[in-house]
Amino acid sequence: MLEVSLMHEMSLCEGIRSVIEDAAVKNGFSSVKSVRVEIGKFAGVEKPALAFAFDVVMRGSVAEGAMLEMIDLPGRAMCYDCMKEVEIENRLDLCPTCGGGKLMPVGGDEMRIKDLEVH
Amino acid sequence: MCNVCGCGTASVEGHGHHHDHGDGHGHDHSHHHHHDHHHGANMHFGQGPAGVEVPGMTQERLIEIETDILAKNDRYAEANRAVLKDKGAFAINLVSSPGSGKTTLLCKTIEMLGDQPLAVIEGDQQTENDAKRIRSTGAKAVQVNTGKGCHLDGHMVGHAMEHLTLDSNSMLFIENVGNLVCPAGFDLGEDCKVAVISVTEGEDKPLKYPDMFTVSEVALLNKIDLAPYCDVDLDLYEENLRRVNPAIEILRISARTGEGMESWVQWLRDRLAAKPAVRA
Repeated sequence: MLEVSLMHEMSLCEGIRSVIEDAAVKNGFSSVKSVRVEIGKFAGVEKPALAFAFDVVMRGSVAEGAMLEMIDLPGRAMCYDCMKEVEIENRLDLCPTCGGGKLMPVGGDEMRIKDLEVH
Repeated sequence: MCNVCGCGTASVEGHGHHHDHGDGHGHDHSHHHHHDHHHGANMHFGQGPAGVEVPGMTQERLIEIETDILAKNDRYAEANRAVLKDKGAFAINLVSSPGSGKTTLLCKTIEMLGDQPLAVIEGDQQTENDAKRIRSTGAKAVQVNTGKGCHLDGHMVGHAMEHLTLDSNSMLFIENVGNLVCPAGFDLGEDCKVAVISVTEGEDKPLKYPDMFTVSEVALLNKIDLAPYCDVDLDLYEENLRRVNPAIEILRISARTGEGMESWVQWLRDRLAAKPAVRA
């Protein structure tokens, strides 16, 4: 389980590295001090695994040694019972408005690189 | 390395080809990373009185990125989607746990589809077993071995599609690596994801791995011929699927006995018919 989960975070970090390398060419910087990413509550990302994988994957890149800052984004869902958009803590929570159990996630699966602090 | 799992190479096998995708990305920067000395408190030790630093001289700056982490995968996926559209082909990304019966389901589906043009991309970490099983039905199949990778991605599928000569207005079945976690997040350019789940896995599987069922349009509840032997509550299974995806369509099937397979095959034909056809 840990292996599968870490593998997932490794591939996400490959994605982060690729975006950073593109940005380095475009914006002409040679080292990255910090990276801010936005991770939705339902994105299925293990934050400690992402932090570990980040350090490993960034080695040898302009972002080697950079700090990774993770910003949580809330989980949002559409309730199929009361047809309202609600904010929920956990994926299997009931609707806070009507108590219904048919919730379709509409937000919280974000995995975005927000910005970079660079030299 | 592609933007796949950071752990190795993926290979595409089929029709006698064997390709390693180790396109040496990632080495460009290994020998020239500039270690600018930090402008933190330590570095100013021993400097003169406050005020000697000239404001605005810091080389640090903030660059807005606002890009999805999987943006690169999404670009590959969009390219695949464009190829499929040009061919009028309908692509299904089959996702499930290992052992849910995806390959048996595919073999049976291919048999029932008769002369419908189709092709199959098989994803597994190792072996070409599944592609061989598919080829034995007479269908075109390419095996993608992901090595240690736990999912197919848009790049791998794009290469696999180059190996298949997709017929116009055909169906493309992409059998993902058996895994209920990561494949949920990787768009391959498919028209829809279909989750295969077997009665032997337990009714709470959708609750344990909600993401996969949330992104799937259809859930095929497979191996229902085994239901009497494993104390499974099929209604509870469906209730749990709808709990994580109220819009999911559920079909109870047995790929082995053929039960329920007619409605699945009809669903495929309807969806292909709904996609704009191209001239062959």
